[in-house]
Amino acid sequence: MLHIKCPHCGMRSQNEFSYGGDASVKRPQLGSEVSDQDWDNFVYNRKSLRGKHWELWQHLSGCRQWIKVERDTATHEIFKTLKASEEIS
Amino acid sequence: MSQDFRLKDGGLINRDKKISFKFNGKKYFGYEGDTLASALIANGVHLVGRSFKYHRPRGFFGAGVDEPYAIIQLYRNGETEPNIKATEQELFEGLEATSVNCWPSVNFDIGAINNFLKIFLPAGFYYKTFMWPKSFWYKIYEPFIRKAAGLGTASIKHDKERYEHKYEYCDLLVTGSGPSGLASAYAAAKNGASVILAEDKSRFGGTLLTNDVNIGNQSGKEWAESIISELKEMPNVTVKNRSQVFGYYDHNMLVMSERISDHLPRTKKFHPKQRLWYIRAKEVLISSGSIERPIVFGNNDTPGVMLSSAAKEYMKVYGVLVGKNPIIFTNNDSGYETAVEFKKNGIDATILDTRINPKSEIIDEATNLGIKIKYSYVVVAAKGYKKVKSADIAKISDDKEKLGSIENIKCDCICVSGFWTPTIHLASQSGNKTKFDEDIDAFVPGLSKQNERTLGAANGVFTLDETLKSSFETGYKISKQITNKENKVSFPNVIEKKSSVHDKFWCVPLPKGKNYKRFLDFQNDVAVSDIEIALKEGYRSIEHVKRYTTLGMATDQGKTSNLNGLQLVSKIENKVVPAVGHTTFRPPYSPVSIGAIVGREVGKHSKPTRKSPMHSWHEKNNAVFVDAGVWLRPRYYKRGNENLFEASKREAKNVRTNVGVCDVTTLGKIDIKGADATELLNRVYTNAWSKLPVGKARYGVMLREDGIVMDDGTTTRISDNHYHMTTTTAQAANVLSHLEYYLQLVWPELNVNVVSTTEQWAGAAIAGPKSRNLLQKLFPNSNVSNDGLPFMGYMEADLFGVKARIFRISFSGELAYEVNVESDNGNFMWEKIIEYGEEFKIQPYGTEALSTLRIEMGHVAGSELDGRTIPYDNALEGLLSKKKDFIGKRSLSRKAFTADDRQKVVGVVPLDKKTSIPEGSHLVKDSKAPLPNPKLGYISASCWSVEYDNPFSLAILKDGKNMIGQKLFVMSPLKNKVIPVEIVSSHYVDPKGERVRS
Ligand SMILES: [Zn+2]
Repeated sequence: MLHIKCPHCGMRSQNEFSYGGDASVKRPQLGSEVSDQDWDNFVYNRKSLRGKHWELWQHLSGCRQWIKVERDTATHEIFKTLKASEEIS
Repeated sequence: MSQDFRLKDGGLINRDKKISFKFNGKKYFGYEGDTLASALIANGVHLVGRSFKYHRPRGFFGAGVDEPYAIIQLYRNGETEPNIKATEQELFEGLEATSVNCWPSVNFDIGAINNFLKIFLPAGFYYKTFMWPKSFWYKIYEPFIRKAAGLGTASIKHDKERYEHKYEYCDLLVTGSGPSGLASAYAAAKNGASVILAEDKSRFGGTLLTNDVNIGNQSGKEWAESIISELKEMPNVTVKNRSQVFGYYDHNMLVMSERISDHLPRTKKFHPKQRLWYIRAKEVLISSGSIERPIVFGNNDTPGVMLSSAAKEYMKVYGVLVGKNPIIFTNNDSGYETAVEFKKNGIDATILDTRINPKSEIIDEATNLGIKIKYSYVVVAAKGYKKVKSADIAKISDDKEKLGSIENIKCDCICVSGFWTPTIHLASQSGNKTKFDEDIDAFVPGLSKQNERTLGAANGVFTLDETLKSSFETGYKISKQITNKENKVSFPNVIEKKSSVHDKFWCVPLPKGKNYKRFLDFQNDVAVSDIEIALKEGYRSIEHVKRYTTLGMATDQGKTSNLNGLQLVSKIENKVVPAVGHTTFRPPYSPVSIGAIVGREVGKHSKPTRKSPMHSWHEKNNAVFVDAGVWLRPRYYKRGNENLFEASKREAKNVRTNVGVCDVTTLGKIDIKGADATELLNRVYTNAWSKLPVGKARYGVMLREDGIVMDDGTTTRISDNHYHMTTTTAQAANVLSHLEYYLQLVWPELNVNVVSTTEQWAGAAIAGPKSRNLLQKLFPNSNVSNDGLPFMGYMEADLFGVKARIFRISFSGELAYEVNVESDNGNFMWEKIIEYGEEFKIQPYGTEALSTLRIEMGHVAGSELDGRTIPYDNALEGLLSKKKDFIGKRSLSRKAFTADDRQKVVGVVPLDKKTSIPEGSHLVKDSKAPLPNPKLGYISASCWSVEYDNPFSLAILKDGKNMIGQKLFVMSPLKNKVIPVEIVSSHYVDPKGERVRS
């Protein structure tokens, strides 16, 4: 079970969180023109990386904040966590 | 029966407390502090089971967790449990156990015929033979394998025992209370660290209980006792015996199973049987010691062949002799310690040492005691079937290739020592890159991945002095990093015997003309010849060899067999052992009961149960409940002998004719506030919200980004910047997360707050033509007329002194209202509704009637909004705003979603107006078409229409819009039904929606 540092609450066990997918995906602006290709990439296409990966988690049973977590998908090492408002560096 | 093999004195058992127990129906006696194994051996019982494949007789091999043979079926307090190691099961009064793997009895076992057929049962036999013919599998092969195989029988009764889970954090977790564990835990605890010390056995001390050493002028055992009693008194230390750390998981979380009651005749009241600990440790010190390895020779699985360290433990801890005429077969000094212990108890052992001319203190001691020692000698084969009777021995050449002439000597046990294998399981599980240590011919932990260190024998350190020094030092250093303190304890003086090097010899060659089975894996019956076959057949990777031969795959996970297996593969392949590599260690280190893993989450506790404030009223009024997500909801209210069908029909009919009331507390409710609240609704709902006036509700549909309908519900504008959103019961949590996702990550600029208020409001839906009359009685001071509270209107009102919210919304299709009050007043509200509703013939209705009402009205719900349908499919395309963008809109222009023959919701009526239609059935054009019959759609929901008194269903049907009036077939292969049906509009009752507006 992972131990995730919530930027708001501190170190908490994985069972308090839910996984939310790739954090680097940017939703196209509402009302903007989006090509089929770009829309497919946004909705469906993910890289499924092996190694360092920025992902979203929600601290569901805690502060309910969505956070960004940089995790190695192979080793589970967590390098950094950010608040929703903080940009991935 | 008398305990013929019990020593007159000695051991750590309590001789004042005699305990009776039964094994295979026969009564025996032992003492408090015995294990089932030690008590049986004391009674001269060595035949305890049959082996897995060949059903060869099985005795005892070890004295603890490494035991591959003595697996028994335990009976305790009316329950039974399989796969218990007799070497671990502590004796209690009235214990009963039986052998496994034998039928009809352990002494006469029919399966032993496999032993004579063993030529037909080589490696991969099961793979090769039981594959064909296929028809044989169920009738012949599987029953045969099931009967002949397995390590006991699982109970099929509900387990009444209680198992608990506990979460714990500590600075330091120490796994094992041998010398390294005690020293490191003590040093760290004295320096202020919070420490958990876990010991698998009932007694603390590990090898200190059996080794003749002196620490600080005390015996090893006395020193261990003094350290433990001091640790137990310290507030920063938790000391646990009967507790095995069996798994090392990510981020330094370890799991430990504590056996609280297994050693007692019955679990004490309010105590759990076992407790599973989830321990998050800053640092882990692995002090799990080492396990003696066997030397491989002919018939080395005969009862009476056992580990030399186990023989010593039975004497020193339990006061039991494993034999009275022992042979010690060793390649190192450890065997001598066992021989000396035998001598102290008046038994003369013969030592066969594979080494040529070793010299050490303990060898001198053995020689001085007059113990017979034969150097360069090996056991070639054990003789005897159910028990060792003699041994064929021979001199072995210096290059260990050639045997001298065979001599036969009488003996009743053969104690084997092939040196020590560090227990690296936990380190390996943590991701440690283990490395091969040439000196000890075994793997030791290498580079740590997590915050873990391995000490003492588990790290390949076999001298006490060095073990204690490094453990004291490590315990201090680690604790200093955590506590910043510098309280160092002084290091005690250690006296121990120095040993000479061991001989890397591990397998006795076969003598000419003999074809003895030489076993590597004693639990899975894997012999040297099986590995040879696997390699001959082309298996190379050790992981493949393992799976093909099942080497190390039994419940003991190869604790005594892995290394010898590797030695053999490397020898045949002409590689060094590290090049072959070892198989992956996985948790659990030793079997853990399923009950402990599940913990308290059984039955009703497997998920939380939520009840509405009106729950006890429902109970008192004969409600039959149904699980709706985590909620318990009334399905129907039983009157007399009514069944579900009759009751729900009555309830639904009463709504259509009079008035009914339904508990809708379970609907998800989200309070939305902020200057941009309207903008948020515009973005997440498909329809427009800007023009919704205060005091009005609107139906909304929410999509996922992929265009699929996520949820629907009504949202009411309470004030300019304040909305009350409702969601379906099932999607409540997901919708809240969905809103939070967009507000926190995508549109942080929006000034909106959302919070769940599901549990703050109790809700009652009042539906039926007489609902307004009832409302007028309930709220005499409010104007609830059609003008005062029109369809989709909202008002706040006073319910006999209680603040209430009234929404004029309808799920049933009738004139209907939903009244909400604060949860604490829910029951008050409900009772008032029933009381004042009496004159209008009110009846409560459950989810079954609710379902009937919405289906015949063609209102889509969870069974249509099933995560596979878009708005069009549900006839909700009218709610898609053309003027604004919203979540999921872009996806709706995908080709498949706009196809001309896109699926759409329709109504389905059986032609005979009688046969009810099973949900989930398929719709086809031709019921007799060859398979695969093209499927046009599926039945999503079925009911008995109370309006027309015939069955009615909703279906999602291909090209639904052009299918009205068509005749199709409903097919349910599951229920073996073919029903001719007509497709009708999904709005079966009141298609114009006049009733809700009346
Ligand atoms: Zn948090």
